[in-house]
Amino acid sequence: MAHMNMVQALNSAMDIMLERDPRVVILGEDVGYFGGVFRCTDGLQRKYGEQRVLDTPIAEGGIVAAAIGMGVNGLKPVAEIQFADYIYPAFDQIVSELARLRYRTAGEFSAPVTIRTPCGGGIRGGQTHSQSPEGVFTHVCGIRVVMPSNPYDAKGLLISSIEDEDPVLFFEPKRLYNGPFDGDPHKPAVPWSTHPKGAVPEGYYKVSLTKAEVVRPGTDVTILAYGTMVHVADAAVRLAKVDAEIIDVRALAPLDTDTLCSSVCKTGRCVIIHEATRYSGFGAELAATVQEECFWHLEAPIMRVTGWDTPYPHAFEWEYFPGPARIAAALARVMEGT
Amino acid sequence: MAQRSRLHVPHPPARPGEKPDFSYLAVSPAGAVARPEVRAPAREIENLGRQMVRVLDDQGRAVGPWNPHLDPEDLQVALRHMLLTRLFDDRMQRMQRQGRISFYMKSTGEEAVSVAQAMALQPGDMLFPSYRNQGLFIVRGLSLVDLMCQCLSNTRDRCRGRQMPIMYHWGAGNIFSISGNLATQFPQAVGWAMAAAIKGEDRLAAAWIGEGASAEADFHHGMTFAAVYQAPVILNIVNNQWAISTFQGFAGGERRTFAEYGPGYGIPGVRVDGNDFLAVYGVTRWAAERARQSGGATLIEHVTYRAGAHSTSDDPSRYRPKEEWAAWPLGDPIARLKQHLISLGEWSQERHAALEKQLEAHVVACWKEAAGFGTLTEGPALDPATMFEDVFHEMPAHLARQREELKRLAQTQPTKGSEAERSLDTHAPAVAKEG
Repeated sequence: MAHMNMVQALNSAMDIMLERDPRVVILGEDVGYFGGVFRCTDGLQRKYGEQRVLDTPIAEGGIVAAAIGMGVNGLKPVAEIQFADYIYPAFDQIVSELARLRYRTAGEFSAPVTIRTPCGGGIRGGQTHSQSPEGVFTHVCGIRVVMPSNPYDAKGLLISSIEDEDPVLFFEPKRLYNGPFDGDPHKPAVPWSTHPKGAVPEGYYKVSLTKAEVVRPGTDVTILAYGTMVHVADAAVRLAKVDAEIIDVRALAPLDTDTLCSSVCKTGRCVIIHEATRYSGFGAELAATVQEECFWHLEAPIMRVTGWDTPYPHAFEWEYFPGPARIAAALARVMEGT
Repeated sequence: MAQRSRLHVPHPPARPGEKPDFSYLAVSPAGAVARPEVRAPAREIENLGRQMVRVLDDQGRAVGPWNPHLDPEDLQVALRHMLLTRLFDDRMQRMQRQGRISFYMKSTGEEAVSVAQAMALQPGDMLFPSYRNQGLFIVRGLSLVDLMCQCLSNTRDRCRGRQMPIMYHWGAGNIFSISGNLATQFPQAVGWAMAAAIKGEDRLAAAWIGEGASAEADFHHGMTFAAVYQAPVILNIVNNQWAISTFQGFAGGERRTFAEYGPGYGIPGVRVDGNDFLAVYGVTRWAAERARQSGGATLIEHVTYRAGAHSTSDDPSRYRPKEEWAAWPLGDPIARLKQHLISLGEWSQERHAALEKQLEAHVVACWKEAAGFGTLTEGPALDPATMFEDVFHEMPAHLARQREELKRLAQTQPTKGSEAERSLDTHAPAVAKEG
């Protein structure tokens, strides 16, 4: 077992898949010779050649469209969109084409494309390098949406995504690339080598694209979180001194409703956390699902703790970010009267 | 007085009630444009984007270096495909008017583009059509019954009732799925061609869009990627002068040809008489040969005219003169190929009339067969529960639950007037954008 940060884990996943499957190709801005602005594809072009690890023009719509065409022609493309904030020029190709190709041709055509893209804030990225647009894409039928919270899952989920028959939108919380982040920017950075999920097998393994994971068992309240917020939730639980059950949702679409709802039915309380804005965010879907499945078990209203409904402000990142204090306050509210 | 800029709003040369005016169209004489070596550098053949490659002259003779010198038998096959396309279109338009299908789009006047190009390419070449390329399917051999069943959304519909009429696809025939979102297939075709090159296959891709859709970002993505990677792809702009109600000036056609986009990207741009079967065939063969020799992509502008309405939801008499089609300087592609065959002594009015009668009967027979698989108003009908399939490779739990919900609903309601039945009965007016 090696220790890897998330960048190394993602790199290892792509390395293994390029080695195992000649159909796998990587394409994106700066991913080739340079190895990616976050270094996720470092060394892969040197190892597998420039026919399989391609630098592309700066045209996200073209990158996804080309990946679709490659997928139709029997390849398994892994496209990188350099920041999730840049994904919108590819929106039509993802929503109208990639997600619906199998459906509209009754299974005759499909494109097994994986789109990797770094998301989330906390890196002084302002409104154009901090967004978490997962909820924009979970609304689209026909595409899987996943977001890992640690190196072990990142590698296993990416291998599963590349092997999957369906298109996958793979969000990488960039604040977690180098270490677990608990929401306090003033503490010294912690490396992944100190975290159990930083222990990553060197070889091939998969993590299910359809399963959430209980990362902290508890009895008082269920916290539904994913990506960076899994670690922030953990800090908040220590702060609030409640016995919370933390679930890493991981697979946002399709959703592992059973794991989520059996936990809430057990605890009777639910707090939902994401970094993205609240209004029509993915938390609304989670809250609605929990309400439908667990209504008669609920002891308190379902709470959401999210980014405010504003663009991500450069100067006020930490006032914007749903940190441990805000989550702890929500936990205290749902526990009121107990 | 200070100088100010003024907004220029393009105007077509004639509106309803006015005399058609195609003086804006620069037409080269047949045979006048030189045919360069297929590996000529793009910047040395920029004239191809400004002139117009033509082979058939006004007397129906085939002249000049672009003449592909096809056997008369091949020309007769071509004429048959073009005529069948037109008769199929006419029949389907009538069926829409009778309420048997919800929507239709004819390719009348543009048949030479699809038929010549499908005949000029290899069966293994992958075609990424737009919505007025039904001739591609006809040449490649998908039966009219299959095309009709797609339009009928019936039990034999290859799309299983999921697409509007005319959004065909045919995997076995190497023809990609038609999208209602315009130009998306352009960069996809380039990606397909890139994959062919990566795999070292001797196959190329071809894609079509209208001149209107060349304004979409996807057109430019396709051109950029094709140029950068020298992808083996033929990129076609079918300039039929009209994008629903806006004339080609609204896509930038007033100050340059559409083929002239090519040299700006470093790709040869060839402007061809799109109603000249032989010219389209010859240019396509040139572009295909270039692609197969690692010469990369070619942009072809087919100058043609949309003789009919944009779709059955459109009424062109509200925005263009009725007489435009008759005044169109490049004529009717079927009439021109017919004239050529007659001038060769390989065809006659009698044979043409007989063929027309035979094909009409064939179309009617196909319609009867297709309607036997169901229409919008008569059974047999598809099972609505199939709508949950193919969203994902394997049906996820939430869709299985929704399918059960629909089935329960169908059981508790009488068949007539059920949710499913009502949704089949109400057809919102269907309008698609024109490229």
